[in-house]
Amino acid sequence: MFEIVEARTLARGIKLFVIEAPRIARKQKPGQFVILRLDDRGERIPLTIADADATAGTVTIVVQAIGKTTMLLSMLEAGDSILDMVGPLGKPSEIENFGTAVVVSGSVGTAMAYPTARELKRAGNKVISIVGARSKDLLVLEEEVRAVSDETYVVTDDGSYGDKGLVTDKLKELVAAGQVNYVLAVGPVPMMRAVANLTAPSKIKTMVSLNSIMVDGTGMCGGCRVLVNDSSQFACVDGPEFDATQVNFEVLMQRNNMYREQERASIERLQADPEAELKRIRDSVHSHECAAEAAAVSHE
Amino acid sequence: MSNPPTKVPSHNPLPNKERVKLPRQRVPEQEPQVRAHNFQEVNLGFPEEQARQESLRCIECSKPGCIEKCPVSVDIRAVIDLILAGDYLGAASKVREDNALPAITGRVCPVDDQCESGCVLGKKGEPVGIAYLERFVADWERETGQFGSPVSAPATGKKVGLVGSGPASLACAGDLIQMGHQVHVFEALHELGGVLVYGIPEFRLPKEIVRHEIHVLQRRGVVFETNVVVGKTVTIDELMQDEGFDAMFIATGAGLPRFLKVPGEHFNGVYSANEFLTRVNLMRAYRFPEFDEPLYPCTDRDVIVVGGGNTAMDSVRSALRLGARSASIFYRRTLVEMPARKEEVHHAKDEGVHFEMLVNPVEFLGDEKGNLTAVKCIRQELGEPDDSGRRSPVPVNGSEFVTPCSVAIIAAGTSANPLIQSTTPGLATTKRGYISANEETLATSKPGVFAGGDIVTGGATVILAMGAGRKAAKSINAYLTGLVVVPN
Repeated sequence: MFEIVEARTLARGIKLFVIEAPRIARKQKPGQFVILRLDDRGERIPLTIADADATAGTVTIVVQAIGKTTMLLSMLEAGDSILDMVGPLGKPSEIENFGTAVVVSGSVGTAMAYPTARELKRAGNKVISIVGARSKDLLVLEEEVRAVSDETYVVTDDGSYGDKGLVTDKLKELVAAGQVNYVLAVGPVPMMRAVANLTAPSKIKTMVSLNSIMVDGTGMCGGCRVLVNDSSQFACVDGPEFDATQVNFEVLMQRNNMYREQERASIERLQADPEAELKRIRDSVHSHECAAEAAAVSHE
Repeated sequence: MSNPPTKVPSHNPLPNKERVKLPRQRVPEQEPQVRAHNFQEVNLGFPEEQARQESLRCIECSKPGCIEKCPVSVDIRAVIDLILAGDYLGAASKVREDNALPAITGRVCPVDDQCESGCVLGKKGEPVGIAYLERFVADWERETGQFGSPVSAPATGKKVGLVGSGPASLACAGDLIQMGHQVHVFEALHELGGVLVYGIPEFRLPKEIVRHEIHVLQRRGVVFETNVVVGKTVTIDELMQDEGFDAMFIATGAGLPRFLKVPGEHFNGVYSANEFLTRVNLMRAYRFPEFDEPLYPCTDRDVIVVGGGNTAMDSVRSALRLGARSASIFYRRTLVEMPARKEEVHHAKDEGVHFEMLVNPVEFLGDEKGNLTAVKCIRQELGEPDDSGRRSPVPVNGSEFVTPCSVAIIAAGTSANPLIQSTTPGLATTKRGYISANEETLATSKPGVFAGGDIVTGGATVILAMGAGRKAAKSINAYLTGLVVVPN
């Protein structure tokens, strides 16, 4: 059981959770993720770690409510518990002094890119952050990103905040100026693909963090396989970060759509009676807490 | 382990020549047409009377071949006699002396190659149904709520960490707790049991049975911690240095699924058997939408499974139960070379599984959305025997053909998961990346660290993993009591 010690809404449909998970907090590094499950009937979903505090024994995740599990999770508050959480999984981001590092993020991807940007800064890079969102009310962690970046550019699709346009518009300018040594892109697949296409001709080292569908997260099932340089790689253990020029984004998008109909059906079921579902997962967690206590007593 | 067969006065009233005339009891099963559409257990087990009848067939050999062929040397002859004496709890306790998980092995052991292959009756007719009898006593114990609790040795104050909660670990835990050590089991997934819950389907091994066996271990004091990926969440060195573990047993299982490395394996609908079975068994995807985890639809579609082992049989029979229009095994050798248990092959055939022999996929074909539409195969013929002693398949030139299918499940084995090896300095591995362990002691190159099961041998069986668990427990006990254990 993993207790939520803090829960707050960052933007429309995006919520931050600080969760007690001492083992994960001790070991996690930027770029790694956790897999969680909310109740006995729940699915396992991967979420990137946005921050951690080893002393307090907590990890922070930022969640956008887009599927059944993330919607349910977003209904939880401080004091609730998450039934299962495992990690840190995946390889950490590569951190070294590249020179000038541009961190491009879209939407909730900003929360995932933030810890890596911070470590890149610590490693001596000049960090330029380009933060994108569809509109102002979907923007997250702007202050945090500004605090660890030498330069920060905010762009929105609709121009409701910052520059109007796409993150790649800004990146194009920086690349043209010839001062970029490293790019990390985290966000929606079309955005990451656009970044990959943009930097490829200039041979700037570009990494993307892939969000494939996972089950166990330890390499055991192979469901998260992506085509990298025409060979199968497992995003959970070989990634989640890969060299952008070698990733087959088309296949990634197709595989991410694999369960679209079932996902839609699950959301409809949830929306029919969200309170009942919320009660069910709280009851499920409670019954596990009772069982754990009973087991502890029987050992004494 | 390897207790000599106990001399007991026989409770069998029949002379041997009468015993050998008795036919083998047919175990009741769900009808094929019914069971092909549900996930309930196929084999219903012997009722008491049938168990007694089957026990009467044992001729009590002075050198029982069955015990010799059992990887954990269960005293089968004594167990059978206790059944005839009507002492079923005693029979269960007798099994438990050597086998911590009898309700499980009674269902999944490859008996054709083990105990039953050693039965002298099998030379002229059919062997005694040993697995069914083992299952009978274990189920009797569970269903009557009784438990032949073995007495543990006094506490030693030593703490042993077990990595993984599959059959090797559970068997090891049972013995170590008996020896008086503290036992702490780490599991990466959210549910305990390893391959017993993610791999073997409900219709062959109900989860309730696994849960019961684990509960028995919990009651005896074994501590289980889920959601810990050793190698990621915490390392072996950290557990030994910071968390006070005196010894570790690594039993993390089979590892990474092997794909065929042919074009098109990324298409939606192509699964590794590991993923397909994990979704269906562990995550209960067959009960979607009541359970959240989705599965690429099999209902009214054509499903092929590539492979000929138990995992392939489990996959194809699961697909059938999910409502597949057709469910086929594509195997590159023939029925004779198939490594699956005979019972599983028979069950699959009865249920309507189609067997396509001597074929091998060369490419998967898909549509513009990335969904699988067909598989292209090439026919094979058998050539010279390979390392495994089986005749190896050779492609027949120009014999390619295309079969439409919507789901393809690849059950072509596994390779070593490097998670622990790569995070444990000083832990030697084999050329193929498995952990090197001494055959006799299961000691690794790292002091105090032992390893067994599939992570040492590569993909094998539940009972072999259990045998490794027991062997490791013996060595760990010797190590903890100051005896020298031969390192690898």
